[in-house]
Amino acid sequence: MALPVYHGKFGPKQAERLLWRAGFGPRPGEGRKLARKGLKRAVYSLTRPKGKAKLIGRSPRVDGGLPLAPGDAWGHDHLWWLDRMVRGNQPFIERMTLVWHDWFATGGVGQTGLNLNQNRLFRKQGLGSFRDLLIRVTKDPAMLVWLSGNENTLRAPNENYARELMELFTLGAGAGYTERDVREQARSLTGWTNDWDDNIGMTNFRFEAELHDADKKRVFGEWGRFDWRDSCDLCLRHPAHDDYLVRRLWSYFIPTKPPKKTLRQLKRLYRKKRYRVGPLLEAILMHPALYQGPRMVKPPIVQIAGMLRARKRGIDDDSWVWIADNAGQRLFDPPNVAGWDEERWLDTASVAGRWSASGRLVDADRVDEESYPEDETAREALQKALRYWAHPTISERTEKELLRFARNVEGVAVSEWQQGRYRALRQNALRALIAASPDFQTS
Amino acid sequence: MSRPSRKTCCNEHTRAELARRGLAEAGKGLPAIETGMPLPAGTGLSRRSFMARAGALAATVYGARLLDPGAYGEGIARAAGANSRVLVSIFFDGGIDALSVLAPVNDPKYQSLRSSLRIDPGQGSPWTEDPRLHWHPVAEPLNELHQEGKVTVFPAIGYSSPDQSHFTSRHYWEVGALDPGTRTGWLGRLLDGVGSNDNPIQGLALDGSLAPSLATAKVPVAAMWGPSYDLWTPGVWGDVEALMFDSYRRLGAKHERSGDAGLRVAGRVARQTSQLRKQMAPFSDQISPPVPYPDDGHFPESLAGLAAMLGAGLPIRCAALSAPGGYDTHDNQEGEFRRGLKETCDSVLAFQRDLEARGLDDRVVTLLWSEFGRRPEENGSAGTDHGAGGCAFLVGSKARGKMVGEWTGLGKLDADDNLRNSSDFRAVYCSLLEQWFGRDAAAVIPGAAGFGRPALIA
Repeated sequence: MALPVYHGKFGPKQAERLLWRAGFGPRPGEGRKLARKGLKRAVYSLTRPKGKAKLIGRSPRVDGGLPLAPGDAWGHDHLWWLDRMVRGNQPFIERMTLVWHDWFATGGVGQTGLNLNQNRLFRKQGLGSFRDLLIRVTKDPAMLVWLSGNENTLRAPNENYARELMELFTLGAGAGYTERDVREQARSLTGWTNDWDDNIGMTNFRFEAELHDADKKRVFGEWGRFDWRDSCDLCLRHPAHDDYLVRRLWSYFIPTKPPKKTLRQLKRLYRKKRYRVGPLLEAILMHPALYQGPRMVKPPIVQIAGMLRARKRGIDDDSWVWIADNAGQRLFDPPNVAGWDEERWLDTASVAGRWSASGRLVDADRVDEESYPEDETAREALQKALRYWAHPTISERTEKELLRFARNVEGVAVSEWQQGRYRALRQNALRALIAASPDFQTS
Repeated sequence: MSRPSRKTCCNEHTRAELARRGLAEAGKGLPAIETGMPLPAGTGLSRRSFMARAGALAATVYGARLLDPGAYGEGIARAAGANSRVLVSIFFDGGIDALSVLAPVNDPKYQSLRSSLRIDPGQGSPWTEDPRLHWHPVAEPLNELHQEGKVTVFPAIGYSSPDQSHFTSRHYWEVGALDPGTRTGWLGRLLDGVGSNDNPIQGLALDGSLAPSLATAKVPVAAMWGPSYDLWTPGVWGDVEALMFDSYRRLGAKHERSGDAGLRVAGRVARQTSQLRKQMAPFSDQISPPVPYPDDGHFPESLAGLAAMLGAGLPIRCAALSAPGGYDTHDNQEGEFRRGLKETCDSVLAFQRDLEARGLDDRVVTLLWSEFGRRPEENGSAGTDHGAGGCAFLVGSKARGKMVGEWTGLGKLDADDNLRNSSDFRAVYCSLLEQWFGRDAAAVIPGAAGFGRPALIA
């Protein structure tokens, strides 16, 4: 049985949703352009991009015109990546990099270069084999430091990575493994270490046989002289793995649970393709549930990158670091090793951060209060504000309310000095309201 | 999982910057004053100081004239009625090492299990209720309050068949049940019973994201970063600003009834955001606490702000914060542990003194807790792995001050070589619900009838 594919209308509205779910939203006109390809070619254009990855537009300049120093300056790691989300021509690759950053959530290890290297690994490996990815992540220096893998030795086993390997990376909590499995996996994973160099810091990450516990272990009921590679494979072969991987991967793109039959088919596909996630992702992006199901809250960094894309605006100062932080998603700084809580992006605090994000743009493009047209109608004002955000889809309900607001402003503009000025304020307010509307917070 | 708290000092700094910038720029667009022209909020012209009746609080009021006429009266009216009891929840994120908070310094087994992390017998005051245990030197403020009868200690708290996953165990504590599927917090369910539909700050998280224990099914709750809240709206002021926020609230309310689940969530939060903004409008960063707090940090500032808000009569019932520092100390435990615990204990002491100075101390208790304790045997990276039995503390003038359960000792560890527990967190929740809030615990905690009711409140 083939996996279900969406056969309904694939117009600009559907293309817009796809661009938000699988990327960072459309640049002006991009939704319409993508819709012309039809669903299948549209999805392939994202999952199988042709040509070299490029960054389009002006490269970032901060602190009075200086280029970014992602490995050195505070917050520049975040800006460096946000810039790729905004200017990149392969948004799905970038989006999958974000997915893996959330999946193998690694925070700052005190040496930004290590985190940036891990990020490159996610970008390079993002649509390939999950097995390759897991093996590389397990020996990735940032991860070795983050979850104490470089301190896990024969004489002093450390359970940090072993536990999260099963609970968060491959199987899920309550998947049937025991505390004994955690300890035995920790032993299997022993042997990684690194040197310290006063000039470069942590360096020369490597496996050393003398640090490895080569005795027999019993993991998931199986005996063997397991090492770190076996440890990964034992997890991948565990009966709970494909279910965990498929459900979690699905949840990044579609807010409802996969139908039972689809779940079964995706699991089979994953095994058949020998851990390759590319085919799974294409099936998810073409699934009817993506286009027919409910809207999904945009992750804060996706929302921010998308607003910059809609405005064709680049990074021109470092305010985007703390704005994203307040909105709930500072890159390279997940709340903990479980990553961000994708079901709780919105609360009163993070919404205030999202207001700062749109405010940052509205502020930069403030209309001139001194010479604003005094005869602009409510409808014209709304059209202008929608154009500002590159014509996002809004519901009739929202459109009605925005028009009501626009008319009410005319009602309070009684004095002559208020005619142009209040219309200017109205334009700023409409831009903020569109960005804050439930429609624009979701896709 | 090992990391310090999410926000950095730089963030706090730039946030203040934002406030300043927002204010400065709101003023930039100001033309020469014409007759009848309203002043933009926050330009300094419409700002005045407001002394709350509690006496000590000086809160700065922005644009009071722009609030709708009833808002202030409403606030004061609430203040008069807002003398209900308050619970503050402080979470040690990562699983705090109970054996380092209260350490059996003379126990030879402790000395051998903790060869590098042990506290010397000469250090730290003995805990008067069980002098085998000594307080960590930086926990001295807790000892001080304990000697005044204001700290109830739970020296070995947990639950049966402990789970050593951070996320699962924390979830159990947050929801008040050993059920991975529960979607509301235990305090959230309390608020669903006693709260109202127009008061988001009845459940207030101060760390910038909603504490899971406050998750409700019905009534709104709020999250802020620290003790002030506003939305930045450059280029919009006066009448237009008031209309804009009215429209924002209506957008939220309309979509809250949508058939689309995504729009529904976004709509609900938009409406709550509007309500919170209105409630918090009178508060700014400028709070002058009546007692000294530890020097600037998000945690002491949040507690100082919380005391000020309570002093001004804001109708807060439950507040939640994370303790500063990270407690998932798999390696090099002592430095991080000491820094975080010190700031926590110093701040909690200041908060208690603040409440006493404001005459609010009979209305507030604070529960300090963590998802589990750590393994008695240190792990060779000068750290500790996940354990089971942990510690918790209930602080407040109304806390009974007598330990609940007993320290279970290193002689009889559980099958995973972890400390056993002698009290259950769900029994503590039941007691708090009944003895502090006067509510039926059975309505909030599943299986409440099966738990004991330790006496917690004097």
